[in-house]
Amino acid sequence: MDLLNALVTLLNFVVIPAASYGAQLALGALGVTLIYGILRFSNFAHGDTMAFGTAMVILFTWWLQGMGVHLGPLPTALLALPFGIAVTAALVLFTDRAVYRFYRRQKAAPVILVIVSMGVMFIMNGVTRFIIGVEEIRFEDGERFVITAGEFKKMTGLAEGLAFRSTQAITIVTAIIVVAALFWFLNRTRTGKSMRAFSDNEDLALLSGINPERVVAVTWIIAAGLATIAGTLYGLDKAFKAFNYFQLLLPIFASAIVGGLGSPLGAIAGGFLVAFSEVGFTYAWKKVATYVLPDSLAPDSLLQLMSTDYKFAVSFAILIIVLLFKPTGLFQGKSV
Amino acid sequence: MISVHGLHKHFGGFRAVDGASIEIAKGSITGLIGPNGAGKSTLFNVIAGVYQPTSGKVVMDGEDITGLPPHALFHKGLLRTFQIAHEFSSMTVRENLMMVPGGQVGETLWNTWFNRRRIREEDRALAKKADDVLDFLTISHLADEKAGNLSGGQKKLLELGRTMMVDAKIVFLDEVGAGVNRTLLNTIGDAIVRLNKERGYTFCVIEHDMDFIGRLCDPVIVMAEGKVLAEGSAASIMQNEAVIEAYLGTGLKNKVKAEAEAGANA
Repeated sequence: MDLLNALVTLLNFVVIPAASYGAQLALGALGVTLIYGILRFSNFAHGDTMAFGTAMVILFTWWLQGMGVHLGPLPTALLALPFGIAVTAALVLFTDRAVYRFYRRQKAAPVILVIVSMGVMFIMNGVTRFIIGVEEIRFEDGERFVITAGEFKKMTGLAEGLAFRSTQAITIVTAIIVVAALFWFLNRTRTGKSMRAFSDNEDLALLSGINPERVVAVTWIIAAGLATIAGTLYGLDKAFKAFNYFQLLLPIFASAIVGGLGSPLGAIAGGFLVAFSEVGFTYAWKKVATYVLPDSLAPDSLLQLMSTDYKFAVSFAILIIVLLFKPTGLFQGKSV
Repeated sequence: MISVHGLHKHFGGFRAVDGASIEIAKGSITGLIGPNGAGKSTLFNVIAGVYQPTSGKVVMDGEDITGLPPHALFHKGLLRTFQIAHEFSSMTVRENLMMVPGGQVGETLWNTWFNRRRIREEDRALAKKADDVLDFLTISHLADEKAGNLSGGQKKLLELGRTMMVDAKIVFLDEVGAGVNRTLLNTIGDAIVRLNKERGYTFCVIEHDMDFIGRLCDPVIVMAEGKVLAEGSAASIMQNEAVIEAYLGTGLKNKVKAEAEAGANA
């Protein structure tokens, strides 16, 4: 019984939160890795693209709610997603036309593009705050829980409860669908193959019938879609605050680099690795330990390796360790 | 077919191509030879749209194509291969070939989702075409192999196969023979001759192997130090004093000459 309780506690406080956080990071990292693989630079504006996309989704959610449209138990934001993606895609395509294309034509070095993307980041930063403000916004509606801690206790008779929030369930399900669709797209469609070809060997792709501007445009649209979905899921799960998305940039980059920049599979693995480490290192293991260990060994301290304030340090540490031992990342991406 | 007029390509103070003018006749297999650093590959790259020329003009069938980007030239039927073979390494050989033709139905996001049937039909036709090409090149057995796993020579064949996926008018081959064994080189040579005869491809070939050049090419253009040095049949080129000097330097030339005379006297 104690072991079961320990397991439930672990699920409740570590596995489920880390899995949904990991799914959000993975979706974010997929966007970063696609841009890196095809456009060949690290897009620092990705975090703020997520913020902008989520802000758009929130606006459309409010509009839909104002019209009296609801999705029943599901959050209205899911219905607003396509609209948000469309606006975000339009914005990044505009950015590409207005900014990145110039540098692409100049064949600018990747490091210059990185700095350029930081400029774009600051502008997007401002635009998002200008539109929706800096406050924390909660925009979830519909059912709050798939199962609450109380219901779970009653159902199983265990001392520990297991709360499974609907936003966590939605995050994981959506992430699975999106990733499956993305891989199908990259591996089975002509457009996706053109993107892979472009990533494999740009010179050759340019000397084949592949239209580079189209590949670039499609890449941006997909990246905008991934960013908006990831941002919305994060916002539903926690809350929307423009600054939080800026901070997310670090774990997202850590995920993409750890997995191997340019490798979609790596981005997913990296996302979960970073999420599980972050949650694992900042979780107070006392409760689990008390259940598992005999009474005489029961810990007095919290058994928390570091305070949650330091959670971003975990991403940094993983980043450094992986780069030391495997510079191209776990899944053999392009070297950084 | 292609005329190049007074082409210059300078990299800073270095004149890689220094006023070259060449003429490639329709239906010919024109050889382009010259010592290393003669500017052959740079000339290729300028014609193929990889570099912008410093000055000069490239004309194809009466149309000025100077400075057009590679994919625009591709659509005009001007194709090239690379000195170091390029391939989409994570894709199979067949997929590599299927990537080539431009303007496919499945290329837009809209069609990807809403025009599935036409894409399937197109894919089937492309796969068939790719298999025919592989058959022609005698590498059918490699169709499902990842292109990254091919040997250097097989990659060169794949490069040639790429030009067959579209109706190429002129193909620039940059050292097809580099690092390729004799047998495979003969296969490549046969394929070039057949493409020239049966499909009317015009070729321009950079190559160092003089046997290969002698067997395939007429005329042969010799470049040195960014300029055209000589032009003529392979046989006449090999007798040309200036060419021998450019390749071997004056000292060695005299030695070769002396040896030849000594051989004649003995």
